[in-house]
Amino acid sequence: MSNRITKITPNNPVFYDNDPQDELITLNLGPTHPATHGVFQNVLQIDGERIVSGVSTIGYIHRAFEKIAEHRPFYQITPLTDRLNYCSSPINNMGWHMTVEKLLDIEIPKRVQYMRVIVMELARIADHIICNGILGVDTGAFSGFLYVMQEREFIYEIFEEICGARLTTNIGRIGGFERDFNAIAFDKIREFLKRYPPVLSEFEELFVRNRIFIERTSGVAAVTPEQALDYSWSGPILRATGVDYDVRVTAPYCSYEEFEFDVPVGTNGDVYDRFMVRNEEMRQSMRIIQQALEKIEKEPKGVFHADVPEFYLPPKEQVYNNMEALIYHFKIVMGEWETPKSEVYHAVEGANGELGFYLIHDGGRTPYRLHFRRPSFINYQMFAPMSRGMLISDAIINMSSLNVIAGELDA
Amino acid sequence: MNKLDNQVIIDRLQAVLGDKVHVLGEPHGLLAIQTESAYILELLAFVKNDELLRLNYLTDITAVHYPLQEKQYAVVYHLHNLFQNIRVRVKVFIGGEQPTIPSATSVWQGANWMERETYDFFGIHFEGHPDLRRILNMDDLDVFPMRKEYPLEDPNRIDKKDFYFGR
Repeated sequence: MSNRITKITPNNPVFYDNDPQDELITLNLGPTHPATHGVFQNVLQIDGERIVSGVSTIGYIHRAFEKIAEHRPFYQITPLTDRLNYCSSPINNMGWHMTVEKLLDIEIPKRVQYMRVIVMELARIADHIICNGILGVDTGAFSGFLYVMQEREFIYEIFEEICGARLTTNIGRIGGFERDFNAIAFDKIREFLKRYPPVLSEFEELFVRNRIFIERTSGVAAVTPEQALDYSWSGPILRATGVDYDVRVTAPYCSYEEFEFDVPVGTNGDVYDRFMVRNEEMRQSMRIIQQALEKIEKEPKGVFHADVPEFYLPPKEQVYNNMEALIYHFKIVMGEWETPKSEVYHAVEGANGELGFYLIHDGGRTPYRLHFRRPSFINYQMFAPMSRGMLISDAIINMSSLNVIAGELDA
Repeated sequence: MNKLDNQVIIDRLQAVLGDKVHVLGEPHGLLAIQTESAYILELLAFVKNDELLRLNYLTDITAVHYPLQEKQYAVVYHLHNLFQNIRVRVKVFIGGEQPTIPSATSVWQGANWMERETYDFFGIHFEGHPDLRRILNMDDLDVFPMRKEYPLEDPNRIDKKDFYFGR
């Protein structure tokens, strides 16, 4: 090794015939890598550009939500769920409210259920916009991302109109909503239904028959239904393999059984199919929102929460002037409510899979145990095994098509 | 296809596995059954492959800590029949210095990370697991943080005392 050239100059190319060509290189992909969109670390053994093996290291933004939840009353857990999948927080919020309502046997008025459906479907569209837009960016097409990003901004304006927040929404309350949707919110939802379909079509036209996009995605990271079920996949990536499991259809919550919509499925479970499934789901979500708006028209106006004074905070002005309201307010805030000892598992169809809440309650002020069944966590575990033999560039778009959100992965 | 309900599942399980399982109840319509750690693999493999039950989808594995019980830990499996939308919850109570239960990774690949997470937070050892390491917490943590004796915050810390905030 002593004859190695230490100073590299253009006239002295560094090349030796005895260079070991069969060594593998260890590549740290992440934790903060621009191509991974989140805090994901994968230690890859690569041979040239091909991945020989990989190990996923997760937990970089673990915040111990399950432990914190054991020390918080129900209504303070909603902000924690915001921070699971922060691209579609309203779905998490609603899932949590429904879990508690299932535990407490609260009957929710139909109008509130339809309002929830609207909010959840808007969140699903916002999440799919991000995922498919970023998938485009990773394959080298930036412009489609910018077109649809504008529409996501519009969805966030609707959320802002409904609850005041945009990303971590803390939307709704146990029993319903904090306030009714105002007229501007309804107008904006209607406007969104009008302006989004042409944008989505334009976005699709950029990709669907695009030769570069097809060659980058078609056949990449194809997964069979058997593999997907073996790894407990759920959500659009499971449906892309051809399994028509959608919690909204299989176990309807929030009156989803009254809505007419299709569950798109793919055929070979590759990145292209996942992209197409998500695009079609956005269309179906808009169908659902349209139907929900029509259904809300037929319901009595102004109902935005269930009549459960022992769990739903009274309006503030009543707290100051009304004895009953003051008592309820005090009892709710101090956690002096009678709650049943029971166990509940409630699942909603999150934007990237089955989001489950397993709540064990012992009648105290806080849950005895709360476990989040986080789709990102369970979907992501196949990433390292399936990357074997893949090119790095394929692994990158595979990761973005899995739509793993770091907040939900690490909880 | 016959409509599957909780009673059919109970009958089928008791016909095949007999005393190895018993019913805990049906809170909110979800059938919960209990078994021993010696029979858990037999049970999981049976319900997954049985023509009638077809509980082929492993939704989740987690654990619960009951410090006052003799068997302190409950490992909880949620199984799902996707064809007819029937969920079943399987509980196994284990105890001892080092709580141990066979790993379900031989039945479902997806059990891998769920069991690693359970080990990470409760210290439950899954025998036969291919790679039982911590997953969300740092590797050199020497406690299992979801156990009830582990405090949420360090009670001795002083950096949050009032006088630091002018109160």
